[in-house]
Amino acid sequence: MSDASADLTEIDRIIDGHRTLEGPMLPILHAIQHAFGHIPEAAIARIAHALNLGRAEVHGVVSFYHDFRETPAGTHTLRICRAEACQAQGGAALEAAAQRRLATGWHGTGTCGVTLEPVYCLGLCACGPAVELDGQLHGRVDADRLETLLKEAGA
Amino acid sequence: MRIYVPADAAARALGADAVADAITAEAEARGLEVTLVRNGTRGMIWLEPLVEVETDAGRTAFGPVAASDVPGLFASNFGDDALALGPVEAIPYFARQTRLTFARCGLTDPLSLADYEAHGGLAGLRRALGMSQAEIVTEVTQSGLRGRGGAGFPTGIKWDTVRKAEADRKYIVCNADEGDSGTFADRMLMEGDPFCLIEGMAIAGLGTGAEKGFVYLRSEYPDAIRVMTAAVDIARRAGLLGTDVLGSGRAFDMEIRVGAGAYVCGEETSLLNSLEGKRGTVRAKPPLPALEGAFGRPTVVNNVISLATVPVIFEKGADYYRDFGLGRSRGTIPLQIAGNVRHGGLFETAFGLPLGEIVDDIGGGTRSGRPVKAVQVGGPLGAYFGPNQFDTPFGYEEFDGQGGLIGHAGLVVFDDTADLGAMARFAMEFCAVESCGKCTPCRIGAVRGVETIDRIRQGDAAAIPLLEDLCETMKDGSLCALGGFTPYPVLSALRLAPQDFTPAREAAE
Ligand SMILES: Cc1cc2nc3c(=O)[nH]c(=O)nc-3n(C[C@H](O)[C@H](O)[C@H](O)COP(=O)(O)O)c2cc1C
Ligand code: SF4
Ligand code: FES
Repeated sequence: MSDASADLTEIDRIIDGHRTLEGPMLPILHAIQHAFGHIPEAAIARIAHALNLGRAEVHGVVSFYHDFRETPAGTHTLRICRAEACQAQGGAALEAAAQRRLATGWHGTGTCGVTLEPVYCLGLCACGPAVELDGQLHGRVDADRLETLLKEAGA
Repeated sequence: MRIYVPADAAARALGADAVADAITAEAEARGLEVTLVRNGTRGMIWLEPLVEVETDAGRTAFGPVAASDVPGLFASNFGDDALALGPVEAIPYFARQTRLTFARCGLTDPLSLADYEAHGGLAGLRRALGMSQAEIVTEVTQSGLRGRGGAGFPTGIKWDTVRKAEADRKYIVCNADEGDSGTFADRMLMEGDPFCLIEGMAIAGLGTGAEKGFVYLRSEYPDAIRVMTAAVDIARRAGLLGTDVLGSGRAFDMEIRVGAGAYVCGEETSLLNSLEGKRGTVRAKPPLPALEGAFGRPTVVNNVISLATVPVIFEKGADYYRDFGLGRSRGTIPLQIAGNVRHGGLFETAFGLPLGEIVDDIGGGTRSGRPVKAVQVGGPLGAYFGPNQFDTPFGYEEFDGQGGLIGHAGLVVFDDTADLGAMARFAMEFCAVESCGKCTPCRIGAVRGVETIDRIRQGDAAAIPLLEDLCETMKDGSLCALGGFTPYPVLSALRLAPQDFTPAREAAE
């Protein structure tokens, strides 16, 4: 079986597994993104077909939400909180340091395949600046601590 | 020996997992039998990871503990260590609180239903099972509980509308989107006492005739998603959820649904669209969600804290709860003290404390030790308050009277190095990024707002009236509070720190 048809089988399996839910769209999209790291173009048509919607409609949903990616991210994903409580604790300096270190702006993939994404609050507002690196949360992060975390992650 | 190390996301972000591992390893090396409990947090975030040890005299605390401190703690037999804080509940920050909604958070093992019941859990639901729908709703109305998600709408009135609506199905939707910067009470509750939310939702179901609930939980909270999912599973297996709630013959079940990173999906109608699988655009009201909500059915949409406060109201009685508070703000409020502050964390107390007491006394002033310049209250749509407004008592009407809002009760403290011009710009930028796109004053206005603030900060003082006009247009012409309230932080920043809107600021930096 080719990669593409294996992907389609997996997509259909995911869709089938969520079909009976009330409002299955977001659970399906999360599961697909979890499996593939993004929402592959091919998934849009399958979801549209399964849920009896137009492709444009499904695409409209995918593009509305910040979480859903239409292209894969890098090897690592660093999300830095840009919201007020982190800014009050030196967040802007951390953002600048990260952009220099990774040589990329927001939404870009920079040095060592690290994708840099903004996030607006991680619920760590009493121990900011806060970041999430490859799914792990970290509080009170300054430029030095970020460097350590990136090194530990092999980036 | 019984040792507690929080598994709360903030504690983990500060190294709690490494501390827990070190404790297990050290106990093994010393041949000691240790039971390690991963509790929720007590909310004293500046002391996290906060380790507690059970002794004859109660639980004593140590913090903030690093993994490298663990051998020393064992060596002193958890005695007179430099990190010792004494009995945890005697720590002044904790002792001063009135913990009703958060009574169990940090105390119990979050996923132990037995522990939950041993500390008052399910007493409220058992009482509600003996009441009629009308009696249940009346109890909530009489407690004076108002929505903790921001708008402050009386919870009992909302429930009554749903109760009286005729429909084949009704829903309880818990708003766990908690997008406001400076807030983490929902997260803390869901991670530290998940059954409390489940119990509150079950009571809401009994009172309104809804048999199905959803928790719409933001994706930025992976720990809360994990704990809530596990708790729902345990509750179902224990017969607390399902077709026969606690053997009563009444049905209530629920699902956890994960958001997808859109701030506006915290707005209740946007949330419902998202739950249904659509773009999270805001719906015009009417129809009210209480009459036509999720999947077109009558729906209660309530914040996590609103719902999680219901069990204690039923356990202790509406009057008990209503006797706390100030004016029309009844009961307690979990303040979330965040930003540049020494004692950041959650502090549950009766409504009515003056803002200054919260910031200076309880929060201990700024972490940097510099003077407080401003406090943003109520999230990204809340106003900046200056020290000259520190006598404002914490209550819905009191903050409204000062041109602000309490929102979800988050307070973000800034010291005198903060650039409020940059914060005003950020407020507009955030609105532009998160706008659902439905109305022009919000979608386009926020982009213009960023440009106008840039012009002002480059020295074009004539653009100040333009900014003020733009804010008026956004206030009057926006369908929801994202566009409608973004002017609050912007105009309050301008009023509080006009010097931050001049080019001189850059020269000074
Ligand atoms: C832009 C926007 C974001 C909101 N975000 C939240 C949120 O994250 N959590 C919440 O409970 N309410 C939020 N609200 C308020 C909800 O619309 C609604 O009033 C609330 O969920 C009702 O529950 P309550 O009565 O228990 O407060 C938001 C409102 C707006 C306009
Ligand atoms: S104010 Fe903004 S977020 Fe709210 S409905 Fe209008 S466009 Fe959407
Ligand atoms: S503002 Fe950054 S974690 Fe909440």
